[in-house]
Amino acid sequence: MNRVDLLTRSDALARPASIAVDDVSVTYPNGFTAVRDASFELGPGTICALVGVNGSGKSTIFKAIMGFVTPSAGQVRLCGLPVDKAVSQNIVAYVPQSEDVDWNFPVLVEDVVMMGRYGHMNLFRIPSRKDRRKVDEALERVNMSAYRTRQIGELSGGQKKRVFLARALAQEGRIILLDEPFTGIDVTTESAIIDLLRELRDAGHLILVSTHNLGSVPDFCDQVVLLNRTVLAAGPTATTFTQENLERTFGGVLRNFELSGHALHEDDDARSLNVITDDERPLVFYGVKKGKKKPARDKAK
Amino acid sequence: MSDLLAELIVPFSYDYMWKAMWVSALVGAVCAFLSCYLMLKGWSLMGDALGHSIVPGVAGAYIIGAPFAFGAFFAGILAALGMAFVKQHSRLREDATIGLVFTTLFALGVLMASLHPTSVSIQTIVLGNILAIPDADAMQVVVIAVISFAILFFIWKDLMVTFFDETYAKSIGLKTRTLKLVFFTLLSACTVAALQTVGACLVIALVVTPGATAYLLTDRFDRLIVIAVAIGTLTSFVGAYLSYFVDGATGGVIVTLQTLLFLAAFYFAPKHGVIAARRKARVVKEDNLRAGNELRDGDAVREAV
Repeated sequence: MNRVDLLTRSDALARPASIAVDDVSVTYPNGFTAVRDASFELGPGTICALVGVNGSGKSTIFKAIMGFVTPSAGQVRLCGLPVDKAVSQNIVAYVPQSEDVDWNFPVLVEDVVMMGRYGHMNLFRIPSRKDRRKVDEALERVNMSAYRTRQIGELSGGQKKRVFLARALAQEGRIILLDEPFTGIDVTTESAIIDLLRELRDAGHLILVSTHNLGSVPDFCDQVVLLNRTVLAAGPTATTFTQENLERTFGGVLRNFELSGHALHEDDDARSLNVITDDERPLVFYGVKKGKKKPARDKAK
Repeated sequence: MSDLLAELIVPFSYDYMWKAMWVSALVGAVCAFLSCYLMLKGWSLMGDALGHSIVPGVAGAYIIGAPFAFGAFFAGILAALGMAFVKQHSRLREDATIGLVFTTLFALGVLMASLHPTSVSIQTIVLGNILAIPDADAMQVVVIAVISFAILFFIWKDLMVTFFDETYAKSIGLKTRTLKLVFFTLLSACTVAALQTVGACLVIALVVTPGATAYLLTDRFDRLIVIAVAIGTLTSFVGAYLSYFVDGATGGVIVTLQTLLFLAAFYFAPKHGVIAARRKARVVKEDNLRAGNELRDGDAVREAV
């Protein structure tokens, strides 16, 4: 039993993963329109970043994809199905933000991962042998088998995140939504999670990550959707995740400084260094401005 | 010796004692089941508010001769609407709103009971009187408890996921709003039932203490429920039995027993008890001390060099 088996078996029979957000507007009961005319489309084998400031509508888009809110206009289709159908078929696996969870709750790590199987169980939620095996495999994949009988609150931030990722794996959703997965975790866990996401992508999953951690986006995301109450730009990271687009998305919210000319080089090198940061992980552009840009990432201060 | 034994089995020779013990045990069990959820969500005082709010309904039902469960249900809805109304039309905080509404209703209930002393006794409502419960009332309690237990048995895992991580529960298609509504309906119903065994003032103990005790003893939710229900059932059964000897005040005996068990767990629980925590702290301290000594020794060596 290996890792690839776990994924391909369920995917073989199913239709390819896709998200189609078509002209979606969401207006809340209090009259606030959080998102207007948003459209983007994503296919299987993709990791896509959903990028925007707080209040730009990231979580509203997530809610629309999971069916928590009904768009006042437009529609969302997952794997070609309406959202409620997709949810009832366990197509969507959601990895929540850590703040949403009650850490003092008396559940063990393995109990949490087993919750991922609930959608597959009968009304009494009695785990079958298959359910137990999926839980074992998922824990193995995120390297948390040794912690399976710990109470969930006893784990570190990164370990908690891995457990929730394991729950999403056990659920076997072809579309995986991660809500700010990199807040409050160490760099080792971050790269472990990114490796895992890459494996899942290669197995045909569609992964949508909401993040304000710009620095890591070019690292592992093939696609980006830039959001500010509507979709400002969507497409491959290489062409969409540009300085201009980011300035439009974050206008005035992020720190943006540029080093060029003699401040940067001793000779007359035309290349400039642009750092965009929200004080977490900076995004660095280095190259000739307005020319062809080569986004390079740096862990500079 | 045989005299003492004969004395001890006396309660079992009375039908009313059998009835009291079984009905109490049933109510204790289902309230304990609910307590597992209630105390985890920080909603414990809601049980208190409910217990007091339904008093006028019960009093009213006795006055006009209707089944007490209907009166309680009516008063419960009145309480919920009242709280929603005050909350919407004032800037009071939630605890103030709850405190205001439930004391108002409780006062109303006490007033109603004191105006009609022949049809309803304040003492019965406030302190419960399971030893003298009429058969019709006992039947209502049993029906409420059995149905609630059956529903809980069916949905306990869905409720667990909902209360642990509501967003995720929604994302796998659970109807979290309906589940919560069902939970509060069960809570209200079981509060009504508990009113008969321990009375309005002590209802809160039944829906908090067993869960709180079990929480100190385990980190698994399924075991939490088993332990809590066992505590609720045993203390209620034994409490009703013992109340034969202390003459009345069944509620007081049941709750005292539950408190004793809680205290035992509070001090002696293997992982989360006070003594275990002290032992752990001492070990850590000793380790630190040892590490500190080694550090000082290292300094001495360095200085010598």
